[in-house]
Formats: sequence, structure tokens, C-alpha cells
Amino acid sequence: MSVAILSQGEHLIASIQSDLSDPEILIFRDELTERVGRERARGVIVDVSALDVIDSFVARSLQSLAEIARLRGAETVIVGIRPDVAIALVQFNLDLRPLKTALDLDEAREVLGRLKGGVNGE
Amino acid sequence: MENEVVVDITSDSDLVTARAEARALATRLGFSRTDATLIATAVSEIARNIVVHVGRGQIVMHLVREERRHGFVAIATDDGPGIRDIDSALAEGNASRGGLGLGLPGARRLMDEFEVDRGLERGTTVTMTRWRVLDELELLRERRRDESAR
Repeated sequence: MSVAILSQGEHLIASIQSDLSDPEILIFRDELTERVGRERARGVIVDVSALDVIDSFVARSLQSLAEIARLRGAETVIVGIRPDVAIALVQFNLDLRPLKTALDLDEAREVLGRLKGGVNGE
Repeated sequence: MENEVVVDITSDSDLVTARAEARALATRLGFSRTDATLIATAVSEIARNIVVHVGRGQIVMHLVREERRHGFVAIATDDGPGIRDIDSALAEGNASRGGLGLGLPGARRLMDEFEVDRGLERGTTVTMTRWRVLDELELLRERRRDESAR
């Protein structure tokens, strides 16, 4: 399966490198959320820029990935949704608002930093 | 003939093939990148519908030419018992696979035309089309093509 997951400080960075079948997506989700606990990650970044199709199943799998990771103490940011893919996702009318997104890795790190700052500031 | 592509759908990995073939064909037929993505996404949804509900089927994709527009047509057929309750299959929120995946309603949202023929004996056929209007240059080429064919 072509997903690379690497650990960087308190973040896990996963880049999906080619189109995945449904079972592969779910295996990836489970492996990533398992590593959140094992490596005590506080943030997860998933790079989907290699995906030229994100259908409703993939979108909802990413959403459930983010929810599971959150329950395990890590925030998730999806990066690299292509413009044409975003148009297709809008047509679906799915409520993807709970999913945090950023344009690239640097911006995703910023988003995670802000989230952490918000929690500490309370 | 290169304007028709057939993908057999028998397993999860065939969805990956169907998406790739749909995109490649749409691009070859002159559809924009956005259109190709919408088409490939819709094909993915109907392919998943086959795998989840029946397990076995086929998707045929081809071009239809009209005077001022071209259509990308995808026809999905399966050998299953047919969809007994078509209204429920098309209802939003009636998602397959543990709440993941929109299935037919998802595909319908991405295409211009969408039709389901439920054969109770011979399986279900889903036919969907996305159109693109030809530009002036293409219209000229079409006309030349027709004239030389005469």
C-alpha cells in the first residue's frame, strides 16, 4: 500500500502516494490512529494531493479518521485537496466542516500550532 | 473503438481501475480537468454500488455525439436481483458500507443525466451522462468531418 507515515516531533505526517482501494483506506486509517496512541502524537497531517478522485467513501473515511484521532488526543489536518476534487466534494453536499484543511504542509503545521496554543491558553 | 472502454467490476480494486479509466477516457475526449474529475468520481460511486450490493458487474463508458455537444456516457450493469426498492436506493442518507459512501445519490449529483432501470430478473442498469458544449473550433472540425464522411 502506498502511504508513507513519518513521525516529526509531536506530529504524524501521512502522505498518500497513489489511489487507494476502500479496504486500503480503512487499513490506513486504523494504522494511523493506532500510531497516534503509540507515538503520543498531538497532531496528524494527511497529504491527499496525489489523489485525483476523492469520492464520498474516501471523504467520509478521512472524516472518521479525524474523529478517531481526536478521541485519541490528536487533531488532524488534511492538506493538498486539489481544486477539481474540491468542486466534486462540494457537489456531494456532505458536511465536511468538522474536517480541518490547509493548502500545504507548512500551513498545516501552523494550524496545528494554533490549535495547541488555543488549548494551552485556556 | 478507442472511444469505448469496458471495466469489469468484481472486487474492490476494480474501483481504482474504473476511476482511472473514466478519467483517462474523459480527458482523451476533450473534457476539462474538472469535468474529468466529476465523471471519475461518479463512476467510482456506481462501481462501489455494484461491489457492495451485488458483487459482480460491468461499466461501459463511451462518447455520444450530438450536433453541438458531446456526452460522456457511463452505463453500469450488474447480474444481481435488481434493486427492489428504487426510491430507498436513491434516497439521500441511505448510504452503503456502514454509513460511508453516498452511492447512487452521490453519482447523480455529479452528472447531468441519471437514470436507473431496475430489472427484477436481469439486474440493474444505471445510465448517466455528462455533457460538454463544443466550442467554435470544434464545431468547425465536426462539420468538416461530417462533410468528408459524405
